[in-house]
Amino acid sequence: MADKKSKKVRGRTPMPHQEAAERAHNFGEVALGYSREQALIEAERCLQCKKPLCREGCPVNIDIKGFIGALVDDDLHGAYDIIRKTNSLPAVCGRVCPQENQCEGMCVLGKKHEPVAIGRLERYVADAFMAESACEEVTDLDTCALTRADRKVACIGSGPASLTVAGYLAGRGLKVDVYEALHEPGGVLIYGIPEFRLPKTVVAREIDGLKKLGVTFHTNWVGGRTITIQDLFEQGYDAVFVGVGAGLPRFLGVPGENLVGVFSANEYLTRVNLGRAYDFPNHDTPAYRGRHVVVLGAGNVAMDAARTALRMDAKSVTIVYRRTEEEMPARKEEITHAVEEGVRLSCLCGPVLFHGDNQGRLKAMTVQKMRLGEPDDSGRCAPVCIEGETEQLKCDMAIIAVGTRPNPILLEATPELELTRWGYIAADPETCETSIPNVFAGGDIVTGAATVISAMGAGRRAAAEIAKRLL
Amino acid sequence: MGYKIVKKAELIPGQTTMMVIEAPQVAKKAKPGNFVMLRVSETGERIPLTIADCDREAGTVTIVYLVVGKTTAEMNTLKEGGEFLDVCGPLGRPTHIEKSGTVVCVGGGTGIAAMHHIAKGHVEAGNRVIAIVGARSKNLLLFCSELSSFCPELRIATDDGSEGHKGFVTEVLQEILETEDEIAEVVAIGPVPMMEAVCRVTLPFKVKTTVSLNSIMVDGIGMCGACRCTVGGKTLFACVDGPEFDGHKVDFAELRTRLWQFREQEEESMEKFSQECQCHGR
Ligand SMILES: Cc1cc2nc3c(=O)[nH]c(=O)nc-3n(C[C@H](O)[C@H](O)[C@H](O)COP(=O)(O)OP(=O)(O)OC[C@H]3O[C@@H](n4cnc5c(N)ncnc54)[C@H](O)[C@@H]3O)c2cc1C
Ligand SMILES: Cc1cc2nc3c(=O)[nH]c(=O)nc-3n(C[C@H](O)[C@H](O)[C@H](O)COP(=O)(O)OP(=O)(O)OC[C@H]3O[C@@H](n4cnc5c(N)ncnc54)[C@H](O)[C@@H]3O)c2cc1C
Ligand code: SF4
Ligand code: SF4
Ligand code: FES
Repeated sequence: MADKKSKKVRGRTPMPHQEAAERAHNFGEVALGYSREQALIEAERCLQCKKPLCREGCPVNIDIKGFIGALVDDDLHGAYDIIRKTNSLPAVCGRVCPQENQCEGMCVLGKKHEPVAIGRLERYVADAFMAESACEEVTDLDTCALTRADRKVACIGSGPASLTVAGYLAGRGLKVDVYEALHEPGGVLIYGIPEFRLPKTVVAREIDGLKKLGVTFHTNWVGGRTITIQDLFEQGYDAVFVGVGAGLPRFLGVPGENLVGVFSANEYLTRVNLGRAYDFPNHDTPAYRGRHVVVLGAGNVAMDAARTALRMDAKSVTIVYRRTEEEMPARKEEITHAVEEGVRLSCLCGPVLFHGDNQGRLKAMTVQKMRLGEPDDSGRCAPVCIEGETEQLKCDMAIIAVGTRPNPILLEATPELELTRWGYIAADPETCETSIPNVFAGGDIVTGAATVISAMGAGRRAAAEIAKRLL
Repeated sequence: MGYKIVKKAELIPGQTTMMVIEAPQVAKKAKPGNFVMLRVSETGERIPLTIADCDREAGTVTIVYLVVGKTTAEMNTLKEGGEFLDVCGPLGRPTHIEKSGTVVCVGGGTGIAAMHHIAKGHVEAGNRVIAIVGARSKNLLLFCSELSSFCPELRIATDDGSEGHKGFVTEVLQEILETEDEIAEVVAIGPVPMMEAVCRVTLPFKVKTTVSLNSIMVDGIGMCGACRCTVGGKTLFACVDGPEFDGHKVDFAELRTRLWQFREQEEESMEKFSQECQCHGR
């Protein structure tokens, strides 16, 4: 190992990327991943702290110091095993976690220098392990599959929360069945987050790993419709985990919002990702190909929509946001990537009106200029209108990415399920149990739209509690 | 793994087809007014189709569709014994059915099939049902024998007068509204212009009018907002809040516009499909 001094001054090992000019026109992955050499160099920057703060920042509590140590010793399998002990989707998290607010945000190196690139290393370990050992190894965890096949658990929804529950419990020998409403499992990882950020093969590989552990996926099963929670218990399940994610997209309530050419980000991304509309007409699902595209909102979803629109041949893509770049909720890296690729940020602007032509198609929108006022409840400065200052933007497509509301299907079918005052499922923060005994819930349907890793954190807590009761 | 087509009948060759599909978990729960999302193949689009009938014991659901584009044309190439890759449901709020008196059920075109399931539900609930079905011509009428098997009051309208009243269903409806005392509800399912016309007729009589909206859908489970429509000035989602709504409050003009959003691509898709169809000699 290099001595401490030289480690401290060395900066983070940069991530190789596809060139911005090139990648803005293809759906290939943007960040290419570390090579073995790069990973080792980066791993050696870790100070192997006595009290590693990084671990506290990780919602699934990965032994980060441990896996990086194994990597330094060139023990890839050891590193993978350490990660897999608490994280069933390492290749996904390494790519999409907002690390700056989590593990890396806590890393001591970050106080004076740049933090260890934990996420990139995690991705490296997962990818390299998979490339080397294929999926077989996953079943050779220190537990054997289906030791307690008489105990059954059902998960409704197949996003990261449910996948975590499934991985944790199947790894401990329980029979887990996952019921997913769509035709492909994976939740937002499949229908929301685009290929260029999280290749579908990465998600499919993780799901294959779960199948090898004995998890069964039933697609086209709608919880509350095809099967109710009551039905599941009647069929002999001992516990049910609800991970149905957030649902109905929010709209702005601005006139002209239902014009042809105005879409929710969920619709646009679902068409392109789940429906593979980027490959139309070889795939049947169409998506609009706007020339001048405006995206409303500035979270990860908005960035994904904007960057997707570029790849779907837009001439210009503008993000309209009420606050400034500072306040944008998206991961920093996503904002940087979007700007590098040519997305324009139009800050301190709020939508007021969509204009249509005489055939009901969007042709322009009016935005209201804003300035930052006093901080509001969220601690961010509230945007305030500047009277009389508006601007018209020419656009033939607008994508609205301003959040979601709870999906009503399962909730309406299960009136006994207690909800929070925002309409999400009320669940115990420690055990994730709901008002119905042995029914657990976690992820976006409990917290509202959040992150992959927080959904997984909830999945782990629920799974630990279920294991405690059933094993 | 797929969903087997146990019966296929071309009701109007090249235009309207009925299929009975094996989907026991859907059949078990299906109620009048529900729909399914289905997909033909790995590269196919998810499309919504109304459950026109279901047989719980046999574990089947019946769909009746009009060939309008790529997916429905491709469905017509599937054979009895063949399979759908995906069938998901039952979706949408079921029709609100309670004992309420006299209910007039109006069906046009392929909508007659969906209407028949709802009419059956009303008869089972003990309501008096007057069914009105309409088509351009006698040979385009659907489900008349099924309807008359449980609904003695069946009225027919054809544009060319080849069967029943010569003219539109709305004229028959108008007459019924003028002569009958108490009509609890009018249910209309069919092409958008027909449903709109029915609403215009019932409005002066202040009769509750329910329509089923066929907005474009992507997921069908309330996640994407593609199916949104304006009802009573509010944005609602047809797949989870509907598909049935109070017809007097629906913004039909908006629905009509939104239905042709993807026309160019739909034509491109159909064009490609017809060409491939020829060269592969299907
Ligand atoms: C475009 C986009 C980009 C994002 N980018 C990031 C990012 O970079 N980093 C990050 O950390 N987070 C990101 N997020 C947020 C993150 O994806 C979510 O917080 C996370 O996926 C929530 O997981 P979940 O398991 O609760 O539900 P979901 O992933 O939403 O999965 C829920 C699943 O349940 C299914 N379902 C719904 N209703 C039913 C029902 N009744 N019966 C059966 N199944 C049902 C759905 O079809 C879906 O497959 C992004 C979200 C989006 C939309
Ligand atoms: C709740 C509901 C129930 C329906 N029930 C029936 C039914 O029982 N029988 C029947 O024949 N049709 C029904 N439809 C309409 C049917 O879904 C469309 O005709 C079908 O999707 C057309 O697909 P296509 O690829 O063949 O044609 P396309 O080429 O895609 O389109 C041709 C026409 O169909 C409409 N359409 C296209 N995509 C969709 C979509 N995803 N959802 C709705 N409409 C679309 C378009 O307005 C277009 O004008 C229903 C629609 C809804 C929303
Ligand atoms: S799972 Fe996410 S938060 Fe945890 S160590 Fe990995 S990248 Fe960091
Ligand atoms: S806090 Fe940073 S330096 Fe310390 S162990 Fe964790 S990753 Fe390594
Ligand atoms: S079809 Fe997606 S919300 Fe209704």
